[in-house]
Amino acid sequence: MNSTIVGTKQGVSPWRVVLYVTLIVFAIFYLLPLFVMLVTSFKTLDEIRLGNILAFPSEWTTEPWVKAWGNACVGLTCEGIKGYFWNSIKMVVPAVLLSTLMGALNGYVLTKWRFPGHKWVFGLMLFGCFIPFQIVLIPMSQVLGFFGLAGTTAGLIFVHVVYGLGFTTLFFRNYYEAFPTELVKAAMIDGASFLGIFWRILLPSSGPIIVVTIIWQFTNVWNDFLFGASFAAGEGAPMTVALNNLVNSSTGVKEYNVDMAAAMFAALPTLLVYIVAGRYFVRGLMAGSVKG
Amino acid sequence: MSTTTVRSGGDWLRQFLPRLVLAPSFAITLVFVYGFIIYTGYISVSKSKMLPNLDFVGLDNYRKLWKTLNWQVALDNLAIFGILYIVICGALGLFLAILLDQKIRGEGFLRPIYLYPMALSFVVTGTAWKWFLNPGLGLEKTMHDWGWASFKFDWLINPDMAIYTVVIAGVWQSSGFVMAMFLAGLRGVDEEQLKAAQLDGASTFQTYWRIIIPQLRAVFLSAFVVLAHMAIKAYDLVVALTGGGPGNATEVPATFMYSYTFTRNQMGVGAASAMIMLMTIAAIIVPYLYAETREARHE
Repeated sequence: MNSTIVGTKQGVSPWRVVLYVTLIVFAIFYLLPLFVMLVTSFKTLDEIRLGNILAFPSEWTTEPWVKAWGNACVGLTCEGIKGYFWNSIKMVVPAVLLSTLMGALNGYVLTKWRFPGHKWVFGLMLFGCFIPFQIVLIPMSQVLGFFGLAGTTAGLIFVHVVYGLGFTTLFFRNYYEAFPTELVKAAMIDGASFLGIFWRILLPSSGPIIVVTIIWQFTNVWNDFLFGASFAAGEGAPMTVALNNLVNSSTGVKEYNVDMAAAMFAALPTLLVYIVAGRYFVRGLMAGSVKG
Repeated sequence: MSTTTVRSGGDWLRQFLPRLVLAPSFAITLVFVYGFIIYTGYISVSKSKMLPNLDFVGLDNYRKLWKTLNWQVALDNLAIFGILYIVICGALGLFLAILLDQKIRGEGFLRPIYLYPMALSFVVTGTAWKWFLNPGLGLEKTMHDWGWASFKFDWLINPDMAIYTVVIAGVWQSSGFVMAMFLAGLRGVDEEQLKAAQLDGASTFQTYWRIIIPQLRAVFLSAFVVLAHMAIKAYDLVVALTGGGPGNATEVPATFMYSYTFTRNQMGVGAASAMIMLMTIAAIIVPYLYAETREARHE
């Protein structure tokens, strides 16, 4: 809209001052927990006990980060969160690539090679995005157990591909819907094959939606906790589960600085993606909520 | 390109290859979404305890579920959390969007700050807020240090108030997203109407209340659906922030389902609670998806 309703007159009106102050107060509200998390992760335990959570460290230390990464105790082993961090990476990369590729092909078929009932197929897949995943926990744990995939990264990859397909298909379908069908028709008349059309005509102009989908899937899979906690609780656990185990373990002295450093490790990959490609992240959020 | 080979088998390929490509995904959806729903539905009327047991017991598990105190607590908490989460996120999101829409210098700087929590895992959010609200060392101590000796903020360990800490952390995480949705909506409002209203001498407040906000109906609906859906599924945030406690004070359906199924050996009851969750979400999502896809058809 970009209206000029407030502040049409030039000069600084008291209204504008209130407006800016309010906006800045809210910015502080959103930044505060991250700030507290960061400064805590650089403080010594003594300073945490004596000092103030909002203060900068009087003596900066990277010890908590080193410990969180290398030798903090998660469950029974004291090797830090590095193994779980890699678990998450090993889970995220294939899960994201596979679900994105399948989503692209599905979206292509559902828009350019329609068949009777395509709306039903899409509708059924779409509803799958929104089910509470509690409904699949019992059978999925049995299926993974049956195939020997319980507790493995491969099992988690499978689960994330299965339940990511609905959204990736949705993204590509809506994107290809707007892609000129005439071009595809012309290529068909020229005798181009199904995959040839996809590869040479649609894919080259799919850059933005590929980025949106990859970011969406990356954020979702990296941030997942429920599947990780249900199907890979031990050594194969992803980062989020390890973080929760580390923070909520009741043994020993509570090392808040190490907890916060571990939380930062869990937060950094998605934060980084957000900082680098925030525009695409927001587009994904919008596409995931406002359909049509 | 080898057009000849493609053409010879062209008809067959043309017809079946696309469906063949889609088939695995569709089959996966049928089995792992709908098949699993049916299976969990059956477990919910079976005798399953620690392991699945296919003996039919009718609606016993549902009766047991409704008599379980923890489930009542979980439903009450979901109502408190859900209503506050949706209303506050919606109100705050709209408020911030309207403020940001006043030709703000530095909008490009502020907007990402409001929205970044959405990129974080709920486990991270829960961990951060748990520390921030720590009664011994967190905000309370800081206020004491600053000379406000009577300041008390023990909601995390107070059974009556703990659920509100979940609301605070949830709002913190999601309100920026709602702001972004409303801002996109505001940017789509018809300029001509606004000019006309201003010529008629409508005040800023009147313009928003009478003309702009009614045009955002679709955004309100989307925001409601997204937030309601997230509220019902809320699991990680509760686990990381309060662990469902103190006691069972912050039990929600998602934590209830998990603990009854996997740690309390009441799989039948757990499955019944999952079915209730599914039905609640379906009641919100199905009409919405139906309306959305119908609209698309008209265009």
